[in-house]
Amino acid sequence: MKIKVLYFAALREALGSSGETLELPAGVTTLAGVRALIANRGGDWDRLAQMKNLRAAVNQRMAEPETAIADGDEVAFFPPVTGG
Amino acid sequence: MSVSVQQADFDIGAEIDALLAGRTDVGAVATFSGLVRDINDGSGVHAMTLEHYPGMTEAALEDIVAQARSRWDILAVRVIHRVGTLQPADRIVLVIVAGSHRGEAFAACEFIMDYLKTRAPFWKREDTPEGSRWVDARDSDDSAAQRWMQQG
Repeated sequence: MKIKVLYFAALREALGSSGETLELPAGVTTLAGVRALIANRGGDWDRLAQMKNLRAAVNQRMAEPETAIADGDEVAFFPPVTGG
Repeated sequence: MSVSVQQADFDIGAEIDALLAGRTDVGAVATFSGLVRDINDGSGVHAMTLEHYPGMTEAALEDIVAQARSRWDILAVRVIHRVGTLQPADRIVLVIVAGSHRGEAFAACEFIMDYLKTRAPFWKREDTPEGSRWVDARDSDDSAAQRWMQQG
C-alpha cells in the first residue's frame, strides 16, 4: 500500500522535507501507525513522536490517530494552525 | 466564489459591493478584517509569511462557511485569506456576512473567524530583529472556537 505524506510549516523545516511517497508495510492501517512508522526512523524524524500538539489530515480533512489509511491516501502532518 | 486564498491584496468596499450586487433582500452586512501588527509577544515584526496547504485550505474554508450557513439564516458570505509575505498594516483576512438582520450577520461573522483560526491550515512565520520564528497557536483561539460547540 502506497501513500503520499506531506509536512508543513515548522515541521517541514525541522525535517528538511515537504513530503514523500511511502510504502506501508502490512499491519500499518491507521494514522497513528503511519506516524509511528516515520518517527521510528530516528534522528529528526523522532519529532513526529515528540510533538505533543501534532495535527494531521487524511485526504485533506482533519483526522484522528485512529483514522484508517487506504492505498493512495494523502496524509499530512503539521503544527496547530495559526491563520486569521 | 465565496472563498479565496490569494497573494494579492483585496479592496473591502469592492468586495462588499460585489457580494451585494443585484440584491435587495439584505438588511445587514457584518465585516471583519485582520491586519499584520508590527509587534507580537514583545518583539517587533517587520514581515510575516503565511504558508498554507493548497486544496485543504480552500476546502476547510468552504466547510466553515457551510457550517455558518446551516446555523444562521444568512444570505451571502465572502471569505478572503492572503498567503505569502506581508508587511505590517497589510490586510491578511476578510470575512463579510450579509443577512436580513444584524444579529445573525454579527454572529456568523464571529463564528467564521473563530473556526478559521483553529481549523483552516494556515501557518504564520514572523521576521523579528531576533530572527525568524513560527507563531505558536494560542489557547484562547481554541476556547473561542469551543464556545460555539457548547452553544450547540
